[in-house]
Amino acid sequence: MAWTRFGKKKDMPGGLWIKCESCGAMLFRKEFEQRHRVCATCGYHFTLPARDRIALTADEGTFAEMWPELCAYDVLEFNDRVPYGEKLVATRKKTGENDAMVTGTCTIKGIPCALGVMNFTFLGGSMGMVVGEKIALLCEHAAEKGLPVVLFACSGGARMHEGAVSLMQMAKTCGALTRLHRAGVVSISVMTHPTTGGVTASFASVCDLLLAEPGALIGFAGPRVIATTIKKELPKGFQRSEFLLEKGQIDRIVARAQMRDELARLLAYATGRDPVAAFKPAPVPADAAEPVAVAAEAAGKKPKKKAKKDG
Amino acid sequence: MSESPAKSVMQDGLAFERPLNELQQKIDELRKLKQDTHLDLDGEIELLEDRKRRETADVYSKLSPWERVNVARHADRPLTSDYMQLMLDDFVELHGDRVFGEDRAIVTGLASMDGVRFLLVGHRKGKTVKDRLACNFGCAHPEGYRKAMQKMRLAEKMKLPIVTFINTPGAYPGIGAEERGQAAAIAQNIYDMFELRVPIVCLVIGEGGSGGALGIGVGDRVGMLENSYYSVISPEGCAAILWKAGDKAPEAAEALKLTSKDLRRLGLVDEVIEEPLGGAHRDPKGAIERVKAQILTWLRELQATPIEELLAQRYRKFRSMGQPTSG
Repeated sequence: MAWTRFGKKKDMPGGLWIKCESCGAMLFRKEFEQRHRVCATCGYHFTLPARDRIALTADEGTFAEMWPELCAYDVLEFNDRVPYGEKLVATRKKTGENDAMVTGTCTIKGIPCALGVMNFTFLGGSMGMVVGEKIALLCEHAAEKGLPVVLFACSGGARMHEGAVSLMQMAKTCGALTRLHRAGVVSISVMTHPTTGGVTASFASVCDLLLAEPGALIGFAGPRVIATTIKKELPKGFQRSEFLLEKGQIDRIVARAQMRDELARLLAYATGRDPVAAFKPAPVPADAAEPVAVAAEAAGKKPKKKAKKDG
Repeated sequence: MSESPAKSVMQDGLAFERPLNELQQKIDELRKLKQDTHLDLDGEIELLEDRKRRETADVYSKLSPWERVNVARHADRPLTSDYMQLMLDDFVELHGDRVFGEDRAIVTGLASMDGVRFLLVGHRKGKTVKDRLACNFGCAHPEGYRKAMQKMRLAEKMKLPIVTFINTPGAYPGIGAEERGQAAAIAQNIYDMFELRVPIVCLVIGEGGSGGALGIGVGDRVGMLENSYYSVISPEGCAAILWKAGDKAPEAAEALKLTSKDLRRLGLVDEVIEEPLGGAHRDPKGAIERVKAQILTWLRELQATPIEELLAQRYRKFRSMGQPTSG
């Protein structure tokens, strides 16, 4: 539930070079941004700010933001070292966003959908009343209009400063998704690094399709909490996307460079369109370090298998 | 429980119980003396009893949130198993999630009480050391949540209402739990509970620990016992993260607004069920009677409501929690 675990990481230095959090390689900032914050050496997917994510996902100029005016308030008069109200004001100023969720409608490769993207830079993407409310409003709007929903999760969990109010956003968002489901509308959750706590334990896990970016930390309890509880070292790759795929918890791992195409392809199936027309793959960079299976599938190749006859 | 001298005063969240326990001891001693010596001590005993009542009422009206957390965790506080024993006329336990295993941290079964039948789902903490270990101290694994849902589906088919008892520090944080999708199991339960076509009553009887509590906590009526707590994170966890100091748990408990009164004020629970004077651990029977009466009242109310309306109300209730402002 603790967003500060991740939020404490140093902001990226403003210099020309940037060090990969995963492999330590020095990356040329301009190229790094061009690659949408994916390490050229090891393929590590850095956390992507919400606006960049929208730019990368939605067709240019189609994103129409909804409910940007919604703001949280200090419902508990929560005061740790800085009063929550002051923290909100300062974070809004620093990030230029009102809270940790951006919602609206757009088209992805021409397919209309409702899009919700979490913003990790806003208090670790923590889910409070605004995140919960925006997801609920988005689902209700989508149910009414028959628009499929795509939600990008990126969060340390519930926002402690809103106490049990934030906890109940788990119920609010799940409830809204049941309404969407009843309307026969498809939902897609994309879990990105990191997706933990109350976000994983609510809307991010109950969408119809569950995707994840490579190497994303996805789980209920944070790895440190688990290690302290069981007093053992955690296995390598524990709680990473690949681990979740192996354990049968998610449908697909999709690299950032292919995400838009993959979403369009799935949305096409979900809305009665031709997936072949929707899915024109983006060129895969030759040096991309993605899992082979993912890259092969993304290029439209399917492993050849001889059809066996039953009995 | 927390009388160990190693514990600091701060950590001993039950220090306020000491003078009350001492008074009780004196009363017990006088009673024994009266029995042994046949002296007329009724006046003194009555005086002390009166003093104890007044002091208990005084102490309990002034408990800090952290002290209430400690009452919620009190070793003698009635557990789900006590409620079952004292409330039910019949109980058929149903085990297992039909997929992976049997999680003893959540008990499920068909129950009958004063002629009313329902499915009971409850966190189980265990009484003895062996029990507690078997129940993981009330911390359920994914199979516990999945068992709960599998039985709740059965209740839906049998047209039986559902009553849940919430008493957990939180869902279990472990390797196996994560491997088997702890987050997904909780999320699925929350999701499915909105769709279950039978009345649901949820009661926080001790600890309402975060997602682990909410995983069986979506209902048409949600009640909390007076000295229980319901929180997004444990005070200790919150203190470690925001204060960077685990010993700031009392401050975190205060800030989190996790008491029953707070939750009621915030509109997150429907009712606070008052406990007998000095907490449920002083009079488990009295506490359980009150809870039983509340369950029966609610089930009567809910069963008179058409199911579609009930589902709409259930959604609206949680939908309205935490309304942001517009700029």
